[in-house]
Amino acid sequence: MSSLLRIDDLHVNVEETPILKGVNLEIRQGEIHALMGPNGSGKSTLAFAMMGHPKYEITGGSIEIDGVNLVELDPNERARLGLFLAFQYPVTIPGVKVADFLRHAVTNVRNPDRKEGENLIPMREFRKELRSKMEELGMDIEFARRYLNDGFSGGEKKRMEILQLAMLNPKFAILDETDSGLDSDAVRVVSEGVAKLSGDQMGVLIITHHERLLEFNTPQFTHVMLAGRVVETGDASLAAELHNQGYAGVRERHPIAAAEEEKAAEHVAG
Amino acid sequence: MNSPAESTISAPATSGGFDAAAFERFLESRDEPAWVTDLRRRAFEIYQQKAATELDPEEWKRVNLRGFDPAAFEIQSAGKPAAEFDTLMHDRATFAGAVAHVDGTSTTTRVSDELVAQGVLFGDLSELVRDHREILEPHLMSGAVHPDTDRFAALHAAFWTGGTVLYVPRNVSLEEPLHSLIGLAAPGAAELSHTLIILEDGASATLLEETASTAADAPGLHIGAVELLVGQGANLRYVQLQNWNQQTWHFAHQGGLVQRDGKLQWTVAALGAKLAHVHQDVVLQGRGAEAEVNGVTFATERQTLSYYTKQAHEAPHTRSDLLYKDVLRDRSRVIWRGMIRVEKDAQLTDGYQRNDSLVLTPTCRVDAIPGLEIEADDVRCTHGATAGRVDEEQIFYCMCRGMTEYEAMHMIVEGFFHGVYDRIPIEMVRETLSQAVEKKLGIGRI
Repeated sequence: MSSLLRIDDLHVNVEETPILKGVNLEIRQGEIHALMGPNGSGKSTLAFAMMGHPKYEITGGSIEIDGVNLVELDPNERARLGLFLAFQYPVTIPGVKVADFLRHAVTNVRNPDRKEGENLIPMREFRKELRSKMEELGMDIEFARRYLNDGFSGGEKKRMEILQLAMLNPKFAILDETDSGLDSDAVRVVSEGVAKLSGDQMGVLIITHHERLLEFNTPQFTHVMLAGRVVETGDASLAAELHNQGYAGVRERHPIAAAEEEKAAEHVAG
Repeated sequence: MNSPAESTISAPATSGGFDAAAFERFLESRDEPAWVTDLRRRAFEIYQQKAATELDPEEWKRVNLRGFDPAAFEIQSAGKPAAEFDTLMHDRATFAGAVAHVDGTSTTTRVSDELVAQGVLFGDLSELVRDHREILEPHLMSGAVHPDTDRFAALHAAFWTGGTVLYVPRNVSLEEPLHSLIGLAAPGAAELSHTLIILEDGASATLLEETASTAADAPGLHIGAVELLVGQGANLRYVQLQNWNQQTWHFAHQGGLVQRDGKLQWTVAALGAKLAHVHQDVVLQGRGAEAEVNGVTFATERQTLSYYTKQAHEAPHTRSDLLYKDVLRDRSRVIWRGMIRVEKDAQLTDGYQRNDSLVLTPTCRVDAIPGLEIEADDVRCTHGATAGRVDEEQIFYCMCRGMTEYEAMHMIVEGFFHGVYDRIPIEMVRETLSQAVEKKLGIGRI
């Protein structure tokens, strides 16, 4: 049976300010969902809250994988349950080699009960797998020896996120603007990578402003966020409409949310 | 940076285990050539004068000597202490020779026949002073470290108990490293070992030295000195890994003199000691001389680790490059005071010093004080110091990849130290340091 990720009436505050005001979403393994919406509508907040960032306080609702509520769990426990976030701005960790970092990560996710200091997966096996995944994604094997994201270009960082996705092979992956800040070649590489990886065993939530990523990864569902709620859900054609016409139509159809959006923007500006 | 003096330093009430009677007993117990005894007597006079005056308040205002009672420690009488040591480096590689001292007495001296045939001296200072006056006297406490520097240097010069000597003749290159262990075993033991390395012109060598205690709870005292004399075009790599238990007081003066076109690469790692206060000076005396200094300090619980470093440029076209990295946890303190001094004649020198600290818990304290004194007008000197907490976004990122918070923090600490490891060309030393740090973090596999 395929797994189900279910978000129910999720409310999230950031520094006491409500950002998400009741988000509902269901993703099954094997499905691709696009999440769109103007800046400040709460897309990245949803991604961080799902992963358990300490600054994003869940004030109501639930996030479940196959009935297990994630809300009280640490990010590492969520990762071990099969949730993955590809960061919009991946973090640099100087002095830690990509290969060492990934070997720890892969071991933990594959052996969810592992305690720190216990055995890592065998080096030979790991290297072989890493090499083959890097080749698949067209990455130079030299990257494995570099320090994680240290001195990487924007495109290299994003590709590193996709490599981690490939190695960790989660049940559910959130891609937070993985295509932003990339030139069109890089977007193509990342898009193809995601397309290769997501099969019927992975549910994907793609947060994006662009259409390119969705060309290679046609969503079965497109959700639109406005002022902290999912206000519309459609299919791939909705994504195309938003791409061509922007959010004016959405705002017209949802005047209350649009008014809230305006008020929140004034608050930020003021 | 200057904080108000936290404690006034008074003249010592006692010279305890190191008073005149103790000194006479000490001399009697040693059957030494007159020139050595004379050096000791002169040093003891200096010690008595120094002990009667205050310690330099500027130097000691950050290092708290409260609770330190020299009278509680005693130089052990000779005998063969049967102590077992878990050394970190010795079993990892092939060494061309090994010397060990426990509680001030030499326990092992091994050197390959090949080295002996090349004229290399490697052994215990107490032994070698008997027959090698012509080699040792010009350098022993008369160049790199002087007895009149302060109370501790004088005390060391009067009471040194032995130590490791390496002498490499002109143009002899030692391919394999040498190993030296300084151990403390008996509770209350005082250990005053001396490390003296002399490389003649064109010679090269690597010495890896470590300090260790047999028991975790035995109080100990080490008052040491390290003298590194690097001849013209010579190349010395010296590592000292300080890994005493946390009941040991550690005071040391360490100096390296580098002659024309000589190179010194010097790595210190400080993991142990209750309180360590170390002066580490490199002096570039000849044109084109170079020194690279690497420091790794990791303080936990209530440890105080204090390093005063000096890079003295006395000749033109000299280069020094110092990088210290400190990690602090619990209620520990780290003090680093660095000085680059460039003399008037030392034009076209390049001096660099940097100290980075990573603070794991808000209850620790780090003081990093870089300094420059430049008399020459055509030089390049750069310095910097940073101190920061572990970045929460880094922790979160690691946790998103399945690591626990601790595992994430440990990974970040190791990564932080890697900036220093990368400068150390000896893989075994990098591995040793990395595993010693892991062990101290509580995740060790050794």
